[in-house]
Amino acid sequence: MANFRTCPDTGFKIDLQADKLIKWNAVTAVVFLLVGGLFGLLVALTRWPAVHLLDAELFYLALTAHGLDVLLVWCIFFEIALLYFTSAILLNARLVWPKLAWIGYWLMLGGAAMTNVAVLQGDSSVMFTSYVPMMAAPHFYLGIILFAVGALLGCAVFFATLHMARKERTYEGSIPLVTFGGMTAAIIAVFTIVTGAVILIPTFVWSLDMGLIPEIDGLIYRVIWWGMGHSSQQINVAAQIACWYAIAAILFNAKPLSEKVSRTAFLMYILFLQLASAHHLLADPGLSAEYKIFNTSYALYLAVLGSMIHGLTVPGAIEAAQRKKGYNNGLFEWLAKAPWGNPVFSGMALSVVLFGFLGGITGVIMGTEQLNLIIHNTMYVPGHFHGTVVVGTTLAFMAISYWLVPTLWQKEMVFPGLAKWQPYLFGLGMGCASIFMMGAGTLGVPRRHWDIAFADSPIGHIFPEAANLMMGLAGVSAVVGSLGAGIYILNMVGTILWGKAKVPAPAAAEPTTAATPSAATSYGGAGTMAVPGTFVLAMVFLTTFVLYYFVNWKYLAGVWHLS
Amino acid sequence: MSIFPTEEKIWWNEPVEKSEVLWVAISFIWALIMFFMMPYWHFAGEQNLSNEAYQISPDAFEEKTEAFAAKYTVREDPVSGYPIVAPPAGSDVYMYGKKWEWWPMLELQEGKSYRFHLSSLDYMHGWSLLPENINLQIIPNYEMVLTVTPTSNGEFSVVCNEFCGIGHHDMVGKIFVKK
Repeated sequence: MANFRTCPDTGFKIDLQADKLIKWNAVTAVVFLLVGGLFGLLVALTRWPAVHLLDAELFYLALTAHGLDVLLVWCIFFEIALLYFTSAILLNARLVWPKLAWIGYWLMLGGAAMTNVAVLQGDSSVMFTSYVPMMAAPHFYLGIILFAVGALLGCAVFFATLHMARKERTYEGSIPLVTFGGMTAAIIAVFTIVTGAVILIPTFVWSLDMGLIPEIDGLIYRVIWWGMGHSSQQINVAAQIACWYAIAAILFNAKPLSEKVSRTAFLMYILFLQLASAHHLLADPGLSAEYKIFNTSYALYLAVLGSMIHGLTVPGAIEAAQRKKGYNNGLFEWLAKAPWGNPVFSGMALSVVLFGFLGGITGVIMGTEQLNLIIHNTMYVPGHFHGTVVVGTTLAFMAISYWLVPTLWQKEMVFPGLAKWQPYLFGLGMGCASIFMMGAGTLGVPRRHWDIAFADSPIGHIFPEAANLMMGLAGVSAVVGSLGAGIYILNMVGTILWGKAKVPAPAAAEPTTAATPSAATSYGGAGTMAVPGTFVLAMVFLTTFVLYYFVNWKYLAGVWHLS
Repeated sequence: MSIFPTEEKIWWNEPVEKSEVLWVAISFIWALIMFFMMPYWHFAGEQNLSNEAYQISPDAFEEKTEAFAAKYTVREDPVSGYPIVAPPAGSDVYMYGKKWEWWPMLELQEGKSYRFHLSSLDYMHGWSLLPENINLQIIPNYEMVLTVTPTSNGEFSVVCNEFCGIGHHDMVGKIFVKK
C-alpha cells in the first residue's frame, strides 16, 4: 500500500515513492546539466576565435559529449521527474509500479554513464547524430539504447498511474491541462524511443563488426534517426509548455483561456510532430520535393499552429487572471505588475518570449524546403536549437524548479538574491549566444567545425571579419549564459544540501485546492476581447515572423540558380 | 486552473474564448501561406533542388570523376597542386568529397548552366559553397544531380560542414567563376 504525506504548501497528497523518484530524477538531471554544460562551455571557448581553447581532437569529443548530456540526458531525466509529478502528485494518486520506475531510473543512469565513458575514451567522437558510416564504439550505442529503455519504463509507469488514478477515482472530470501536456510528452516519447530502437539497435549490431549487419545506408539512417532526433525535441516542447501552464496556475491561479483550444493544440503535436524528421533532410539527395514539402511543414504547419496557440494562451491565461485581480488598466498593466523578481515567473516569461522569437520563428524558416539551402549545417542550426532547447526548454525547467525544489524538499532557497537574477543572466546570455550563432550562420560559418581560420588547410578560405566577430560575441554570450547555469545549479544543489527547513506561512496553510468552480476561476469574455494585451503581443510576434520569413526568401533569391 | 481537473467532465465541452478563435484563424491563414510558398517557388523561383539522385558505389563515382578531370583539366593550382577542371558550358560536372578534400577544383563561366554530380567516397560530408552560402548534404553511395548556374564571378570555396573526422576542418575545395 502506498504511503502519502500532505504538501504543506499546496495541499496535494504526495505518494512517498513518487516524491523520492521525482527528487532522484530531478537531481540526476541537474548533475548532467552540470557535466553537459561544462562541455558546452569548452565548446564555446574553442569556437571563440580569439580563445580557441581545445585542440581539435578534444573539441570534437567535447562537442559529442555536450550534445548527449544536455540535449538528451538532462532533458529526459527532468522530464521523467515531470511525468511522475504531473501524474501521481497532480492527480493525488499513488505512483503505480514504483519498482519498475526505479529499474527505469538505473537503466537511464547506467546507459548515460556508459555512453559518456565511450565518448571520454576517445573512440566515439561521432557527434550526437552519430551518422553512419562513421562508427563509434559499441557501448556508445548500447548506452543510448539502455537509456531509452529506462525512459520507456518511466513512460509506462506514467501511463499506468494515469489509468489507476482514473480507476480509483482520485479526481473528478478530465485530467488537468498540465497532466495532459505531460501525457502529450509521454506519447511523443514512446514514438521517439521506438523510432530510436529501429535505427540504433541495427547500428549497435553493425558496430560489433560481426558481419550480421555489414552496412547501414546513410540516407535511411538519416530518415529514421531524425524520426527519433527531432521527435525527442518535441518531448521537450510539450514538457516545457506543460511547465508554462503549471507556472501560470501556481503563481496567478490562472485558468487556461479554454481547455478545448489548449488541449487541441497539444493534440496537434501528437498528430503532426513526427513528420519533422524531414527538417533535417531538405538538402539531402534522393528525396522528392513532394515528400519534403509535406513532411517539413507538418502537413499544413499544423504543429506550428499548435505552438502559436500556446504562445497566445499561456500569456493570455496570465493576463485574464491578472485582470481579475484588478490589474485592468490599459493594455499592459497586468504584465507590468507581474512578479518580475520571482525567478519562477521571470524564467517562464523569458522562456515563452525567447522560445517563440528565437527558437520558433527560426525553426520554421530553416524547415522551409528551399530556405534550408542557405542554412543547412551552418552555425544557424545550433543558433536555432539553442533558441529552443536552451532558452526555451531548459529555462522553463529552471523556472519550475525554483518552485518545485523548495516545495518538495520543504526548504528555503539558499541564495534567493542570486536566484532573482539567474533567469535574466542565463536567458539573455544564451539568447544572445543563439542570435550571434545565427548571425555567423548567415555568413556561412559551418557548425561542428574546429577552425574557421583553416590554419592547417592546404587551400583555406577567408571568412569576412564579421563572421569572426559573431563567433567571438557568441563565445562571450555563452560564458555569461554558463555563469547563469552555474548559479542555477549552485542554488539547486545548495538548497537541497544546506537549505533551511521551510516554516509554512500561515496563508499557505490553507490549501489552494479549490477544485470547485468559483467566481475567481470562472471568467471569459462575453462579447469582449478578454486578453487585449496578449493579443497585441501576439500580433507583434506574427509581424516579426512574417517579415523575417520574407527577408530570408529575399536572401535566397540572391544566390546561384539551382534546379 | 491548469493544475487541477477540468470543471466540465469532458474537456471538449468547455467554452472557447473569442480571441483564441481569431488567433487560430489568423495563424492558420499564415500557415497556409507558408505552405504554398514552397510549391510556388518551384515554379517561380530559381533556387530549387532537383529530385534526381542515383545509388552509386564510391569506386564507380571516383572513376567517373577522374575521367571527367582527365578530359577537361586546364592547369594545376600553384599552391595545392590540385587540378583545375574547366568543363564546357552545359556539360556534366563531377566533384567528390573524401577525407579531407573536395576534388577536383572547377573553373566555370558566369551565367552558364552545368549539371553537377556530387557524392562522397567515405563518410558524409557537407558541401558548403562560400560566400554564396549554398549547403548540400553529401551521402556516400548516393550521387546527387542538380543543375547549377553561377550568377556571380570570382573565387568560391567549398568547405565541409558535416563532421567527417579529425581533419574535417581542413577540407576545402575551390570553384573559380569567370565572367
